[in-house]
Amino acid sequence: MSEVSVTKNDEGPAPTGDPLVVLDNVNKHFGALHVLQDIDLTIHRGEVVVVIGPSGSGKSTLCRTINRLETVDSGGITIDGKPLPQEGRELARLRADVGMVFQSFNLFAHKTVLENVMLGQLKVRRKDRASAAKRARELLDRVGVGTQADKYPAQLSGGQQQRVAIARALAMDPKVMLFDEPTSALDPEMINEVLDVMQQLARDGMTMVVVTHEMGFARSAANRVVFMADGRIVEEAEPNQFFTNPRSDRAKDFLSKILHH
Amino acid sequence: MNVLLDYLPQFRDGFLGTLAITGASAVIALVLGVVIAGFRVSPIPPLRAFGTAWVALLRNTPLTLLFLVATFVVPELLFRGASPFVLAMLALGCYTSSFVCEAVRSGISTVPVGQAEAARSLGMTFGQTLRMIVLPQATRTVLQPLSSIFIALTKNSAIAGAFSVTELFGVAKLLSDKGYAIALIFLWVALAYLIITFAISGVFRLLERRMAVVR
Ligand SMILES: Nc1ncnc2c1ncn2[C@@H]1O[C@H](COP(=O)(O)OP(=O)(O)OP(=O)(O)O)[C@@H](O)[C@H]1O
Ligand SMILES: [Mg+2]
Repeated sequence: MSEVSVTKNDEGPAPTGDPLVVLDNVNKHFGALHVLQDIDLTIHRGEVVVVIGPSGSGKSTLCRTINRLETVDSGGITIDGKPLPQEGRELARLRADVGMVFQSFNLFAHKTVLENVMLGQLKVRRKDRASAAKRARELLDRVGVGTQADKYPAQLSGGQQQRVAIARALAMDPKVMLFDEPTSALDPEMINEVLDVMQQLARDGMTMVVVTHEMGFARSAANRVVFMADGRIVEEAEPNQFFTNPRSDRAKDFLSKILHH
Repeated sequence: MNVLLDYLPQFRDGFLGTLAITGASAVIALVLGVVIAGFRVSPIPPLRAFGTAWVALLRNTPLTLLFLVATFVVPELLFRGASPFVLAMLALGCYTSSFVCEAVRSGISTVPVGQAEAARSLGMTFGQTLRMIVLPQATRTVLQPLSSIFIALTKNSAIAGAFSVTELFGVAKLLSDKGYAIALIFLWVALAYLIITFAISGVFRLLERRMAVVR
């Protein structure tokens, strides 16, 4: 686990913003497998929630239901008060407000870095080229890959690609950002450059849901840790308390495994 | 005497006829094939069902039967007084579109699913995702099968000759009916087909090379 040397973004307990993402009794099956079981989760504006748990516990699925890349069988999901609509234009509009960063980056392989960050602004937000390009360059500078703007994704390192992916999501001015193990596909020396960008985002007040095993990030940036096992939310706690004094046996067991090797 | 020189105008008309019917059907097949492939991967079930039915029906029907339908049934129902050329173009275009569709669909499946997910999560619609992200990346793998499909289309266009469209094969039949040596006629006709099919594979090889350079 790599540690990140950044101070905590706030001293107080969980922030008091209004509910932004609300999952209400969500259930989902993959065939016979019950991957999400009675999930209740509320994410407040400005809050950073880290989701951890063993492999196969449903973390990715949870993340993907929030922008309806996965449909749910029952229960409700609202974003900023609006229930997720059926597939179609309205859902597309809502997705534009939810940024997503994937484990495998998923940058558009046939487009340059700059085009990657401009595309959503042009085709979804309907901005003109000049202002889209300006905004794209700003964001690329902010994540530290401004000099790579005209290259293709394949010409970049993993860490650079992931930072471009973050810039691409930010270009939509999302209300909330979802990260599904954003550093798991990276070589160790590139993990911190991505975590630093995420730290900065958290400090700037972005609402974030982060699936990660980076305990350093969780400790320093998260307001809350959600621990999942077998499709359930087993424990929710403030990070320090969760890492030093987990209540459930599942969490104790999991932490002892990932912290001692 | 030389059959080619004596009947040069007929050979020329036949060659141009084959070229025209092939070109026109290719355009129809390409447009329809891509659209139907879009249907087949769309999230809307009725569109998917339509796409599946279209391919199943057209790909599994003998082309000659489609020509019979196009020349005898279609004018009764839809295009009253359409020329044999238009009807043949429809038959060939629709038939070939089912093969184009399957080639495009298999090309689509080679594009990593994360590409479409990233596009959708940006708020792009299904149509935008297909047009701007998936199809451009599928193009390279589709070129090779497309080349074979269009060569097959060129040869299939010979059937149109039997349905009063002026094209190469019809010319061959006409001249052999007049008593010319069949072997020689066929040699010239075969050569004409070769010119077209070689041109097609040449163009596609060029396209493939161009795309390889881009990325
Ligand atoms: N598309 C799918 N079809 C069928 N089963 C799936 C699908 N996606 C995930 N699963 C299964 O659902 C369960 C939860 O998967 P999920 O990817 O959400 O877990 P995770 O907590 O993200 O695990 P990891 O840490 O390995 O990423 C797993 O058992 C997985 O095999
Ligand atoms: Mg996962």
